[in-house]
Amino acid sequence: MSRPLLEVSGLSMRFGGLLAVNGVGLTVNEKQVVSMIGPNGAGKTTVFNCLTGFYKPTAGTILLDGEPIQGLAGHEIARKGVVRTFQNVRLFKEMTALENLLVAQHRHLNTNFLSGLFRTPAFRRSEQEAMEYAAHWLEAVNLKEFANRTAGTLAYGQQRRLEIARCMMTRPRILMLDEPAAGLNPKETEDLKALIGVLRNEHNATVLLIEHDMKLVMSISDHIVVINQGTPLADGTPEQIRDNPEVIKAYLGEA
Amino acid sequence: MTRNFKSAFFSALLVLAVAYPVFGLKLEIVGVNLAVIGASTTTVSVIIAGAIAMFLRVLFNEQITAAWRSSPNLPVVPAKASNFLSLPSTQRWIILGLVLVALVWPFFGSRGAVDIATLILIYVMLGLGLNIVVGLAGLLDLGYVGFYAVGAYSYALLSHYFGLGFWICLPIAGMMAALFGFLLGFPVLRLRGDYLAIVTLGFGEIIRLLLRNMTDLTGGPNGISNIEKPTLFGLSFERKAAEGMQTFHEFFGLQYNSINKVIFLYLVALLLALAALFVINRLLRMPIGRAWEALREDEIACRALGLNPTIIKLSAFTLGAAFAGFAGSFFAARQGLITPESFTFIESAIILAIVVLGGMGSQLGVILAAIVMILLPELMREFSEYRMLMFGAMMVLMMIWRPQGLLPMQRPHMELRK
Repeated sequence: MSRPLLEVSGLSMRFGGLLAVNGVGLTVNEKQVVSMIGPNGAGKTTVFNCLTGFYKPTAGTILLDGEPIQGLAGHEIARKGVVRTFQNVRLFKEMTALENLLVAQHRHLNTNFLSGLFRTPAFRRSEQEAMEYAAHWLEAVNLKEFANRTAGTLAYGQQRRLEIARCMMTRPRILMLDEPAAGLNPKETEDLKALIGVLRNEHNATVLLIEHDMKLVMSISDHIVVINQGTPLADGTPEQIRDNPEVIKAYLGEA
Repeated sequence: MTRNFKSAFFSALLVLAVAYPVFGLKLEIVGVNLAVIGASTTTVSVIIAGAIAMFLRVLFNEQITAAWRSSPNLPVVPAKASNFLSLPSTQRWIILGLVLVALVWPFFGSRGAVDIATLILIYVMLGLGLNIVVGLAGLLDLGYVGFYAVGAYSYALLSHYFGLGFWICLPIAGMMAALFGFLLGFPVLRLRGDYLAIVTLGFGEIIRLLLRNMTDLTGGPNGISNIEKPTLFGLSFERKAAEGMQTFHEFFGLQYNSINKVIFLYLVALLLALAALFVINRLLRMPIGRAWEALREDEIACRALGLNPTIIKLSAFTLGAAFAGFAGSFFAARQGLITPESFTFIESAIILAIVVLGGMGSQLGVILAAIVMILLPELMREFSEYRMLMFGAMMVLMMIWRPQGLLPMQRPHMELRK
């Protein structure tokens, strides 16, 4: 096996006197689904924010395909292919679902001022391709009929799916989902699970996941990292985690 | 009931307390002294009638609200009509109609009407430009008039010191304003909302004060006068052409008529406004236009998707300022005289009001609002000192009746193939 796609080691984040994340390490290989679990306030989202450049980590290294990315600005990291969703959905609410997906393709589009002003054939072609790619993904997340609805008027589960589709628009190398199943009913969670499966198997996506829904985590993860109070607690396959006494004590609860 | 009575009583008292000193008392000069003079009985009786009306309104508040709600034919725009009017395709046709009217306008309207229409077109340009910054990118800019001033002074100074013509200076003025927009953009990158508004407000004032105090260069409070008017391919519209130039009426063998100049200026303004409309319309449908709107909606999500907020914000500021620069240089050419007092905060407020009144982001809305905002004060000249009051009342009514603006635009509907 070649080197891992994402390799994090010794990641620490300090807010004044509070050490929110302390020496977290994780490794994500290509086409894997890796989950991060832990009690509320354990620092999972802080790790996400460090990885995606929203925070500058106090210490530690983050290697994306061997290249250090810690300390880069958020949009630079996103351009390198690390794209995330948010715990509380962050769509462009006043824009239509389709426009949301077009915005996400910004980087791949023809942004030349003059060609847009005079609608050159190259510009039209690039817009048309963007539309088709967006349509393709709207279909994949089952939202095609809502293409022209403003995103804010969609149901919560649909908004979650749209957010994932929006991430896929950027052709990411690694997709980071922050509690994608929060607020979904069991049926929608099943759909989500299927969608993540499709992403991995058909679109070769690598997924890093934060989730509290244990059924979901255990069924789709290749690897699980447990964090408790900012420090790594355990690390292993779903079976190892399920049987780890410390994890049970800190998080899963004893049966 | 007693509680209602009490509040009604105090409301009426408040009306008297506010209205009597404002309307009822007048300062007049008697000899060398100022004297306070009571108003005529009609004014006083109007004030008392107002107080009584207020008393009754508050006393029967509940009944009135109930009656208001139950009455079926309220003066509200029906949902269907409203929906139809906010469709992008309808708005496009209305704009086309307006452009046709604008084209034939100078050949039927009186001289004064054409003059006002020219002024309206300047504000249309300004409104469209500010719409990029405020309506699309969601950056509240209260110092927009600063860029207008930069454009106007760019042309005035270049014309005054170097004798350059309007058509050469127009792009230079636009670029100068764009440069200032870019420079202002940098310090305010981190700011949003109220803080941004205050900094931009300060920026507008700084520009005005600079122009006022750099007396050697800009003429200080006296401004710059005798700015050249635009020419038609080198043909002047004055009675007598300057050395080596020809006048319009001589070239075509016409009798000299000063209205030609007015009409020509109007047509130049129309050309500039149409160009602005076209360019901004295209920008809206370009990736950068979508990125502006995305930035307005959620900056953090923009960053997470790899959009660089710095570039998006700077481009909005720069392009918005460029349109103000064009409008400014035309303004200078039309007036022939500019002073720093042409660029006070109230101008920024009027332009912002045009954008908000029109319905954020809607181009037709901006055009209509510019017409309303410039035309109304002109039509209400008879009310002289009360016209600002009416202006305020209109704004309040708008906020109650149509808080979304005159004609907001729906999202574009895009057909997907397959």
